Amino acid sequence: MTTYTPPPPSVSDDADVLAAEPGRGGDRKPSRWLYVVLAVGVIIMALPFVWMLLSSVKPEAEVRQIPPTWLPETFTLENYRELFDRLRFPTYFFNSTLVAVVVTLGNLVFGSMLGYALAKLDFRGKRVVFGLVLGTLMVPGMVTFVPLFVLVSNMGLTNTFPGLILPYLVGPFGVFLMRQYFLGLPDELIQAARVDGAGELRIFWSVMLPLTGPALATLGILTFLTSWNNFLWPLVVAQTEDMYTLPVALALYSVGQNATQYGLLLAGAVVVVVPVIALFLAVQRYFVQGIAMTGIK
Amino acid sequence: MPAVATTRDGPDAPGGAGMSARRGRPRGTPLQRRQARTAWLLAVPFLLLFAAFTAGPVFASLFMSFTDMRSTDLRTPLNVELAGLDNYTQLFSDPLFRKVAVNTAIFVVVGVPLTMVLALAAAVGLNGIQRLRGFFRLGYYLPVVTSIVAVAVVWRFLLQPDTGPINQLLGVVGIDGPDWLGSTSLALPSLIVMAAWRNLGTLMVIFLAGLQTVPREMLEAAEVDGAGRWQRFRYVTLPLLRPTLLFGAVITGIGYLQFFEEPYVMTRGGPLNSTRSVSFYIYDHFGFGNYGYAAAASYVLFVAIVVLTALQFRLLRPKT
Repeated sequence: MTTYTPPPPSVSDDADVLAAEPGRGGDRKPSRWLYVVLAVGVIIMALPFVWMLLSSVKPEAEVRQIPPTWLPETFTLENYRELFDRLRFPTYFFNSTLVAVVVTLGNLVFGSMLGYALAKLDFRGKRVVFGLVLGTLMVPGMVTFVPLFVLVSNMGLTNTFPGLILPYLVGPFGVFLMRQYFLGLPDELIQAARVDGAGELRIFWSVMLPLTGPALATLGILTFLTSWNNFLWPLVVAQTEDMYTLPVALALYSVGQNATQYGLLLAGAVVVVVPVIALFLAVQRYFVQGIAMTGIK
Repeated sequence: MPAVATTRDGPDAPGGAGMSARRGRPRGTPLQRRQARTAWLLAVPFLLLFAAFTAGPVFASLFMSFTDMRSTDLRTPLNVELAGLDNYTQLFSDPLFRKVAVNTAIFVVVGVPLTMVLALAAAVGLNGIQRLRGFFRLGYYLPVVTSIVAVAVVWRFLLQPDTGPINQLLGVVGIDGPDWLGSTSLALPSLIVMAAWRNLGTLMVIFLAGLQTVPREMLEAAEVDGAGRWQRFRYVTLPLLRPTLLFGAVITGIGYLQFFEEPYVMTRGGPLNSTRSVSFYIYDHFGFGNYGYAAAASYVLFVAIVVLTALQFRLLRPKT
C-alpha cells in the first residue's frame, strides 16, 4: 500500500532532534506568540493519547460518568488484567510481533538483494525489472486484495502465519530505498574487492551490505510499523481468535460484544499504540531521515 | 574459484568510469557473465514472491473484474464465466456506489487541503523557531506512527455526545456539543478532522525539509524591497515550495482515496451510509462473496487514484 513518489528535497538533519538546533532561521528573534501557538498545537496533538492513558486506568463506571473526569478518581489496572487474562491479548501481541518481525526481515533481505543487483550489477532485463517493481508502488492495496485472498485460500493458507506474512514479505518500497542507497556507494569498493579475488556474492554480502546500515534501519523501522498497524489483510485472513493481530482484535472488540466496555477498549488501544510510540522515540532519527529520503511513511 | 577480475576493472580505473567503461564493451566478458549470474541469483527470490503476491494479483484482479466470480467458485473455478463489462455497468448504476464515491470524493477534496494547510502552518511555525524545534516536530509527528484502528477507537470515545471530553470542553465555553458520529451531516467531517490530525505530521516533516531549501538571500532581498512577512511567504516561499506541495498533495490524496479503518471502527459506515467509503464498499462486496464485482470496484478506485494524481500534477506543477 506504499506509493512511489519522487524524493523531496533532502533535509539536513541533526543527529538528535531533541537537542536545540543551531540557528537557521536567521537573526530575527522568534516571537513568544509563535511558541504559544505551537505549544497549543502540540497539546492538541497529544491530548487524545493523554486521555487514552488516563481513562484506561479508570474503573468502567468512571469512564462513563457524566460529566466525565480527566484525572482518574480511582486508579485501577482492572482493564489491563481483563485484556491479558480474559481476552487473550498476549496471543495477539505475540502474533503482531511475529508477523511484523518476519515481514521486516523479508523486506530487508530480499529488498537489499534486488536493490543491489539493480544499482551495481549489469544484466539484461534490468530496466524491465525495475520498471515492473516500481510500477506497483501506486497500486492501492484494495486492487490486489481479492485475488490475493483467492490465492491464499487455494493454497490452504487462510488463518495461518504464512497466509498473514507471505503477501508482505517483499515490496517495491524496500527495493526502491535500497537501490537508491547502493547507488550512492562508490564503485571503487567493488572493483577493489574483485581485484582481491572476492566472488560477486561475497562482495554484496561482506563488502557492500555492511555499509547500508542507515538505509536498513530506516527500511526496517518503516516496514515494522506498517506491518504492526496493518489491518485489512489480517482482518480477512485471521479467522479465529488465536490468529488475530492486535489491530484486528481491537477493531473486532470495538464493534462486537465488548463495544460498550469503554475502559477495556481504551486499554486495548494503549497496548497497540504504546509499544510503537516507545519504538519511535527510541529510533526517531531514522524516521525523519527516512521521510526526508523518500517521503513515504 | 572466481576468476580474478580483469586489470581494466582494477583500481587503476578512474573513479566512476567503471560502469560506463563496462557498458561500452561487447557483452560476454567473464566479468559480465558473472555479474549477470549474480544479479539474477539476487533477484530471483524477490521476483518469485513479487510475481506471486503482488504483480500476479494486480493482473488477476483486472481479469476477475470481467468475470462473474463469486466466493462459491473457489472450489469450482470452472464455473466462472466471462461477464464482459457487466460488473462495471452494475457498479455505476448502484446508487450506493455513487453515494460512497461522493463520500470518498468529499474526504479527499476537503481532507487533503485541510491537512496541507495545517501541516504547512506547523512547518512554517517550526521553521521560525530555534529552541525546542525537535521537540515540537516530535509532538506533531507522533500520531503518524500509531495504528489507525487504535486512534479511531480513542476518537470514537473522544467524540461521544455526553461522556466525551470534546463536548465537555465545548460545554465549558457554553456550546452544547452535538452527537458528532451519530449525525449524517457531522459524521464525515468528524472523520476528516481526525484524519487531518493523524496525518499532518508526515506532511509537516516534508514541508519543513522544503522550507529549508528556500534561499535566505531571496527572502532578505524581498525584505529590502519592502515586502512584509505575508508577502514574502506568498510571493517567495510559496512558489519555491510548489514541488514539495505537489508531492504532499499526491501522497495524501492517494492515502485518503483509500480510507477504510476510520469508518470501520468509528461508525461502521453509518449513519445511513454517510461515512461509507469506496474501500468499505469493496470490502462489503468481498464479504458478500461478489469477488468479480469487488475487483471491478477496486479497479475503479485505482483509476481514480491515477486520475487524481495526474490532475494534481497539472494543477500544481512548477510554472515554467
